[in-house]
Amino acid sequence: MTNTVACAEKADVILITGSNTTENHPVISAGVKRAVESGRTKLIVVDPRYIKIAGFADIFMRQNLGSDVAWLNGMMHVIIKEDLYDKDFVAERTEGFEELKASVEKYTPAHVEEISGIPADLLVEAARMYAGAKVASILYCMGITQHTSGTDNVKSLANLAMLCGNLGMPGGGVNPLRGQNNVQGACDMGGLPNVYTAYQAVNSEEVARKMEGAWGVEGVSLELGMKATEMIPAAHDGRLKALYVLGENPLVSDADLNHAEKSLANLELMVVQDLFMTETAEMADVVLPGRCFAEKDGTFSNTERRVQRVRQAVEAPGEAWDDWKIIGEIATRMGYPMSYGNAEEIFEEIRQVTPSYAGITYERIAVEGLHWPCLNEEHPGTPILHSTQFTRGKGMFHAIDWQPPAETADAEYPLYLTTGRVLYQYHTGTMTMRSEGLMDRAPESFVEISPKDAATYGIEDGTRVNIASRRGTINALVKVSHKAVDGTVFIPFHYAHAAANKLTNAALDPVSGIPEFKVCAVKLSAES
Amino acid sequence: MTDQNILVMNGNEFTFEPGETILDVARRHSVDIPTLCHLKGATPTGACRICVVEVEGARTLLAACATPAGKNMVIRTESPQVVEARRTILKLMLASGNHNCAARGSDEQDWTAFQLAVEAGDGSNKLCPTWGDCRLQDLAYRYQVDGEGHPGTASPYPLEDVNPMIVRDFSRCILCGRCVQACNEIQVNKAISFGFRGAETKIIAAGDKPLKDSDCVFCGECVQVCPVAALVEKNPRYDVRPWETEQVRTTCTYCGVGCQIHLHVRDNKVVKVTGVEDMAPNYGSLCVKGRFGFDFIHAPDRLTKPLVRKNGQLEETSWEEALDFVADKLGQIKKDHGPNSIGLLTSARVSNEENYVAQKFARAVIKTNNVDHCARL
Ligand code: SF4
Ligand code: SF4
Repeated sequence: MTNTVACAEKADVILITGSNTTENHPVISAGVKRAVESGRTKLIVVDPRYIKIAGFADIFMRQNLGSDVAWLNGMMHVIIKEDLYDKDFVAERTEGFEELKASVEKYTPAHVEEISGIPADLLVEAARMYAGAKVASILYCMGITQHTSGTDNVKSLANLAMLCGNLGMPGGGVNPLRGQNNVQGACDMGGLPNVYTAYQAVNSEEVARKMEGAWGVEGVSLELGMKATEMIPAAHDGRLKALYVLGENPLVSDADLNHAEKSLANLELMVVQDLFMTETAEMADVVLPGRCFAEKDGTFSNTERRVQRVRQAVEAPGEAWDDWKIIGEIATRMGYPMSYGNAEEIFEEIRQVTPSYAGITYERIAVEGLHWPCLNEEHPGTPILHSTQFTRGKGMFHAIDWQPPAETADAEYPLYLTTGRVLYQYHTGTMTMRSEGLMDRAPESFVEISPKDAATYGIEDGTRVNIASRRGTINALVKVSHKAVDGTVFIPFHYAHAAANKLTNAALDPVSGIPEFKVCAVKLSAES
Repeated sequence: MTDQNILVMNGNEFTFEPGETILDVARRHSVDIPTLCHLKGATPTGACRICVVEVEGARTLLAACATPAGKNMVIRTESPQVVEARRTILKLMLASGNHNCAARGSDEQDWTAFQLAVEAGDGSNKLCPTWGDCRLQDLAYRYQVDGEGHPGTASPYPLEDVNPMIVRDFSRCILCGRCVQACNEIQVNKAISFGFRGAETKIIAAGDKPLKDSDCVFCGECVQVCPVAALVEKNPRYDVRPWETEQVRTTCTYCGVGCQIHLHVRDNKVVKVTGVEDMAPNYGSLCVKGRFGFDFIHAPDRLTKPLVRKNGQLEETSWEEALDFVADKLGQIKKDHGPNSIGLLTSARVSNEENYVAQKFARAVIKTNNVDHCARL
């Protein structure tokens, strides 16, 4: 996030899109709801489903799946046409405005209505509301990123925020809500194929020499590595021979699971480090018992870039080890001694090679976490990014054209499927499905369908149906709900027994490598 | 006296900001006015009247939480009149409902009968489940009162324990309304409200249904703010007493908000989770996963030993053997097919330290940049 969690309560207008906030980030949603209830803040929600937070919205717009660039361009079209944009900000802090202006020219509200299904007058109203705010915040989540156009969607949101000068101040910003506890930290620490810690490029000679110096090695690779979504096909065609998996369960979370399973079976060696015998661990050659958060010391970095302490509360069961210790032992056996005494020693090393974390110490974050960048021990941390300038100097507008999703509904697969989470489950359920309370609330998968579609197919709430895509078939319980829009069904992806990802499309966003989980074509049939 | 915003509290002059209540001013100057219903972040209601103070010139005692500080006010926070009022309120609360702890008292020698009646309603022969962690009990000791001399009133409503997370015990509810405020004003879930009237008053969910059939999302905010034993987590109820546990402050392991939590630990087991109050980013609030989703920590099917596949089966082995096997095999594959034939998926679930070590292993030891995690998924 460019801003903080608390910031939402300072906005005049909040735009939420592609985030089922009350279910996936309940504590953030509470802040949004408080702001709306207080009368200070107006709320615009753009989502294909009538999710709970939509009930709090002043304007709710239901876009067709995969039409985000179109409606965002449409909003900017209106804002520019009506001269509502922040001219000072655009002049002083950005470049590329003329290109943007030209590219949104054709996205008239009427044209956008054809693509997105959003009524033209509603779009105009939303554009005026967003642009009319002194300060407006954008919150988004996987509903924006999990598309073949995900990167374009994110850039379009940034365009909109810059156009209205909504960056760098309390209550503003473009704020991705991270779905997992330490996504931010995994990225910050270089858990990515193209960067070391603090986003230092792997293909930079200078960075490579610096890391070699710090680590006392020679010959680190300057080549970009494979993304997770490229590793699977590489395993399939034999380029990848070994995969080491730390606490992930790609066999439920990946797109097009049937293909993923075949690919992993092809590996010469798969090592899985986890808490439980997950679907992925079942296939591994070696399974190593790790520790859960309550059994270890360390830090997590939250969605607002705040680095916070994790503390050991209980002893680990049996012979479960800290993940860093396991890896360190293997490294040592491979001829590179890596023996840390505790998590803090590792953190001290991180500070040396990670400029944005350099000023953070365990002592400083003992009571309250600090936001990176935090450059030295006197630095107070940075709750709000870009307050005087962007990382690259001026903010760049990106002229972007709308592209349809990779798969569209047709005669054979006439319905759209979109996937997501439910409040009571988390990711692939390895943790939540072991909780009595959570399982009582959300014991099994379902397919959410609109009343009209249910009538068309002659299916009733509580019955079971088969849902098929070009890639697979699953069976799930029907939940008829006004949340669903006609023509689109929703299935949560948590449940291995009815894995929504057997159906999803592995078509990737060309830049981020994120699969299009949010759109694919399916058909329904009553259980035979 | 001057034109400044000054008032006098217990003989001391204090300045105040316009808009502050008497309670705000007192807290800022470390004057301890007791409260029960007052909930930070919510509109003060003055419902319980424990915070009453004497203000010169006022006809009645005033609720400090709901009375704006005024110029030249002369306030006494513990005058005999104030103390007497507080004692009366506490006595009434203690006498109503199943407050079976030492604070209730028993001058009529009716303790046994009372305890048996409580047991009949709630199925436990122990003392109140929040004994030792109860605001009402604290205040009863502070003002040296018990429920004696007031006829006890029994609650007309049976206990609700039909969901696995929260027990609602109306017999111990003092109708302070904190839960209603927490649900409506802090979490804005609008699941519970005051229902019925007079002696029948009850906190109800969705036209008086069990929580599980209402709009409740089991965030447990109401449980955390309830000052007595009316709302309690189901599993630790009666089983875990506060003095048996140690609290460890840490960060929640679920979504990216990174809520600050206390793990309540007894005998090497996490038995309960609460939100850390007054602390960003969550200021005490949690969601159902953070508060009730910790069973996995002690699940019987946790992996406890390294496993290596032998003859097609994963078999338990020693760390030595497992680590040697992995190191040999990785070394061999690296030699035969090059470093880029090896990939490492690190994790958005594990700590920064572990992510760092994992990518360092891939880059410094294997010498590949095939490092990613599944966060995009
Ligand atoms: S349940 Fe607890 S918080 Fe709610 S009114 Fe009763 S005593 Fe107060
Ligand atoms: S658990 Fe949360 S939603 Fe349910 S009644 Fe309590 S505060 Fe409201």
